[in-house]
Amino acid sequence: MSDQSSNPLASVMDGLKSWARINSPWVIHYNSGSCNGCDIEILATLTPRYDLERLGVKLQGSPRHADILICTGPVTRQSKERLKRIYEQMPSPKFVVAVGSCGTASGAFRGCYNICESIGDVIPVDVYVPGCAPRPEAIIYGVAQLLEMIKSGAPSAEMRKAEEPAAVEG
Amino acid sequence: MEAKEPKKFIVPIGPQHPALKEPGHFEFSVDGEIVTGASIRLGYVHRGIEKGTEQRNWIQNIYLLERVCGICSHVHAMAYTLGVEKLAGVTAPPRAQAIRELVAELERIHSHMLWLGVAAHEGGFDTLFMYSWRDREVVMDLLESLTGNRVHYSTNVLGGVKIDVTPELADTIRKGCDFLEERLQHYLRVVTTDETFLARTRGVGPMTLEQAELLGAVGPTARASGVTRDIRIDAPYASYAEFPVTVVTDNGGDLTARFVVRIKELFESCRVIRQILDNMPESELVAKVPRRIPAGETISRVEAPRGELFYYIKSGGGDRPERVKSRTPSLCNWSTISTVAVGHKLADMPMLLAGIDPCFSCNDRMIQIRRKGHEDQLWTWEQLRRYGIEYYR
Repeated sequence: MSDQSSNPLASVMDGLKSWARINSPWVIHYNSGSCNGCDIEILATLTPRYDLERLGVKLQGSPRHADILICTGPVTRQSKERLKRIYEQMPSPKFVVAVGSCGTASGAFRGCYNICESIGDVIPVDVYVPGCAPRPEAIIYGVAQLLEMIKSGAPSAEMRKAEEPAAVEG
Repeated sequence: MEAKEPKKFIVPIGPQHPALKEPGHFEFSVDGEIVTGASIRLGYVHRGIEKGTEQRNWIQNIYLLERVCGICSHVHAMAYTLGVEKLAGVTAPPRAQAIRELVAELERIHSHMLWLGVAAHEGGFDTLFMYSWRDREVVMDLLESLTGNRVHYSTNVLGGVKIDVTPELADTIRKGCDFLEERLQHYLRVVTTDETFLARTRGVGPMTLEQAELLGAVGPTARASGVTRDIRIDAPYASYAEFPVTVVTDNGGDLTARFVVRIKELFESCRVIRQILDNMPESELVAKVPRRIPAGETISRVEAPRGELFYYIKSGGGDRPERVKSRTPSLCNWSTISTVAVGHKLADMPMLLAGIDPCFSCNDRMIQIRRKGHEDQLWTWEQLRRYGIEYYR
């Protein structure tokens, strides 16, 4: 952590970290109130037919070990704080993939009294995978897009969010 | 400060936890490794669907209610459409009823195979998890070629169905069933003979017939304790009277029995699917249903993969329901956990929880207990919204 921008090793280290991150992203899955449809499709992507593990992706139980949060559902009021807490427990840099129409814009549940509008209203989201429920191929494509984004060095939603208040104040 | 009081240590699990895919919060009080009490907190998936139905018209509600649960979405839509048809005094044509049953049984295969994998995973048997999910893709393909979607089939419309079974499709389904039956034979052999796996399931979570009756267990959980109860037989709906199934029970009451009952049910499903395909009645697919449903109230019961699914539908004569209430099987089965868990090791808890095939998105309903001197039972949208905000603050 002590390496500064003046350190010649810093850029090499950054490249190495990014390489490692792209090749073995660990994923945590949280259902914030979805109907299960997306969750079984996420699970299906990890099983032999689709096998997301060939991209180095591993499903992980603890948020503290995870790089990517795959989140489903329209975020009910009760799970809102949990979702935030899980997101905050994840070490930076962290990325979020929102799966399903209801996570994107509340989908079929639009207007129900106990839901927030979308996952993007609660935590910063990098990739949205629309569909009700999205096919496993779509979820794999979403994760692959995220990995492409990390590879290209584009700022993640987390970084953009961090810069936001400063921009407002300035 | 009394020294005599046994120290109570509570292990909290959830709502985000690696064992189950959905949020639920459990608190197990333990003495050493032995569980002495269990409590469950639900409600993380409460979205307000029942109230939401009052804001949508009869047709829109089919799509909303399908999304009560992604695993058994067809039975929710089927229970609702059967109820609304009853209110409207319309009967769906026989071919439509047969197709409803066909999709329901295919859905049961997908749901039970999904459960088989997840339950094996909880027991640390990941090989079985991967195999059963690989084979489950076969039935997912069948459902997709039949209905066009892998998860929410949207088969039902008011008065019938919107898909038809062509002879080629029927052949594909027959072939799929042949393959699945062969694999299921293998799984049945594995769960009843594999010593390591039996050590995790045999004698774990035993529930007697009396207990099952007393605790109000439904579906395969109850049938594994010897309760002969199945809505498909007790009160046939759709075309279950023409294409009946036989009830599968087991007297074991433990986890092994629950595995055996669920797998044997699938042989029954495969058999009835073939019977439907061979004797598919010829008729229209949809009967005309009026836009406004006559005032009245009705109930509708179907057998979901997890047990009895109950719908209460009330119409005020308009183009929207006045009240839709659903009682889902998972909610009935929860109460068995807190009783059965006592006396078992903490390590058995994930298996026990998975044993009832819980579905959280199904069971998160709002219930108001009516107290004495507290008369108002009607909640307005604004009141519910306010209550939700205050409750979760």
